[in-house]
Amino acid sequence: MSEAILKIRDLKVNYGGIEAVKGISFDVPAGEIVTLIGANGAGKSSTLRAISGIVKPAGGSIELLGEHIEGKNPTDIVKMGITLVPEGRKIFPDLSVKENLRVGAYLRKDNIEDDINWVYDLFPRLKERSWQAGGTLSGGEQQMLAVGRALMSRPKVIMMDEPSLGLAPIVVRGIFDIIREINRQGMTILLIEQNANMALKTAHKGYVMETGSITMSGTGLELLADESVKAAYLGT
Amino acid sequence: MGKRINEMINPALRNPEEQKAKKLDLTVAAVLLAVLLVFLIVLDNVLPQNSFTLMLIPVLKKGAIYSLACVSMNLLNGFTGLFSLGQAGFMLVGAYTYAIFSIPSGQHNAVYQYFDGGAIKFSIPELLSGVLGDTAGSFLGSIICIILAGLVVAAFAALIGIPVLRLKSDYLAIASLGFAEIIRAIFQWNGLGAVTNGSNLLRKYTAFSNMKIDIGSFSLKFSTLFPFLIAGLSILVIVLLINSSYGRAFKAIRDDEIAAEAMGINLFKHKMLSFVISSFFAGVAGALLAMYQTTVQASTFNTTMTYEILLMVVIGGIGSISGSCIAAFLYIACSEWWLRFLDSGAIGSISVPFFRDGFRKVVFSVVIMVIVLFFSKGIMGDKELSLSRMIKKSKAKRAARAEAKAAEGGEAK
Repeated sequence: MSEAILKIRDLKVNYGGIEAVKGISFDVPAGEIVTLIGANGAGKSSTLRAISGIVKPAGGSIELLGEHIEGKNPTDIVKMGITLVPEGRKIFPDLSVKENLRVGAYLRKDNIEDDINWVYDLFPRLKERSWQAGGTLSGGEQQMLAVGRALMSRPKVIMMDEPSLGLAPIVVRGIFDIIREINRQGMTILLIEQNANMALKTAHKGYVMETGSITMSGTGLELLADESVKAAYLGT
Repeated sequence: MGKRINEMINPALRNPEEQKAKKLDLTVAAVLLAVLLVFLIVLDNVLPQNSFTLMLIPVLKKGAIYSLACVSMNLLNGFTGLFSLGQAGFMLVGAYTYAIFSIPSGQHNAVYQYFDGGAIKFSIPELLSGVLGDTAGSFLGSIICIILAGLVVAAFAALIGIPVLRLKSDYLAIASLGFAEIIRAIFQWNGLGAVTNGSNLLRKYTAFSNMKIDIGSFSLKFSTLFPFLIAGLSILVIVLLINSSYGRAFKAIRDDEIAAEAMGINLFKHKMLSFVISSFFAGVAGALLAMYQTTVQASTFNTTMTYEILLMVVIGGIGSISGSCIAAFLYIACSEWWLRFLDSGAIGSISVPFFRDGFRKVVFSVVIMVIVLFFSKGIMGDKELSLSRMIKKSKAKRAARAEAKAAEGGEAK
């Protein structure tokens, strides 16, 4: 296993008096896909929000390449190389596809044309729709745009919050193909999913979250084979 | 910022068709502007004063000023998604700043008659006239005062923005409305009378009629051109800003705050930037309004004025600059000119009993309701006026009609 690019230690997130994340620890090794699976309210999204700086963690540490980033603001965290693909896609509906991609590269001062072309190579559909408003795309295309937009910041780690949410099974398969493809090109990915089957098949390593804690971990295939995971999340 | 705007304008980044359309639009705009410029000079200097030009000139001036006020409000409400209702308050500060610094020192005793000639004893146009001569002095002096008005308002906005911009939607609207009312009350307070002249008028400052160049016995007047130039330049700056990467960030915040934040856009910083810039231009509009009115009184900058501007923005289309301008001119022309006959008590020689003072406003309200019902997104929606799109649309329409005809013909056979 290669060196961990992202180290989470004893991370806690509170909303008012409610503990959403109760001290979890895990590593994201460079160049791998790591997935957190779990039911609604297990604290998966809160974990991502804390890492991306949108909510401040109540305790614990988050290290990116040995540098502490907990409590920093989202702008600095994006600058340092962690970008979030938010839940429900949240593309900018009134901006064109290209403008959406440009906003993704907002913090970069260098030339972004090559990267736009790179994203268009990954998602030829986006190139066809380059001048269309983001809101007119289909759900799957919007998800492609959300991923492409996040890639535009040239992140070291890309975090995806339920990319399969509300998409047809065939589209979901396409999205996971893309996740594998950008991983093959060297991107480190932290993925959270309710679609445990697809996520575990894709990921190198998986963690199961329940009510704010990690209850199980293993490689994707190990977890897929585990009886209790099967019963709770795979519905078999 | 310059670099980012360049990156946006760089034609290599656009596709050729879009580029061609843009070129056509820019050419048309340039030609129209040149025609307008010549027309305004002719209007100011050559055309005789009759009942038509006497109505046309004030409507044009006020329309230009309100266009700027609308566009600056649109930058905030339409492009950044911040619903603020402080416009009249900011225009008030702009108008007062302009007036205070351009009242000639010889007039201070007359204007500030209850406050021992006021606390500020100099006048910027006058100081410059001393160095540059009268003509250049009054032109440059007013422009400096206008910019100063914008800067003072921007500083006000920055102070207000720190607490207010943390609020969202309705709360921001209520808080900004409250601030505008507080500002109005403070400017009417006699305790500050030495500067603001309390609840009395400010007058005798440099106005549009002073914008002229005397050549011997002939004087070349710019009294209508001047507001168009200032408002036009300001709107141009706002358009460039909206098309820059900052503008894109504003629109991203408007579309989705969480996603914008996830892309690394600092929400507070960008909201503040938009708020301050919008307020700067509201201040410029206020200064122009002061020049137009020739007198300034705080009590006229009330919430009705904010709502009027908001109404123009909504009628024009939230998120459309050209829509705001069109709506501003139409609104001003309707309310001040075209519907006047409804107040006169007669159409031609036929007397109509219910045509009396105020009836114009009843009709006007109905017209506005009809417009809002039929154009639910305003005249322009969130699009801009563009000849190339009109051509494209009419072509598409013609093609569709031809197709329908062909289909019909096919059936007939």
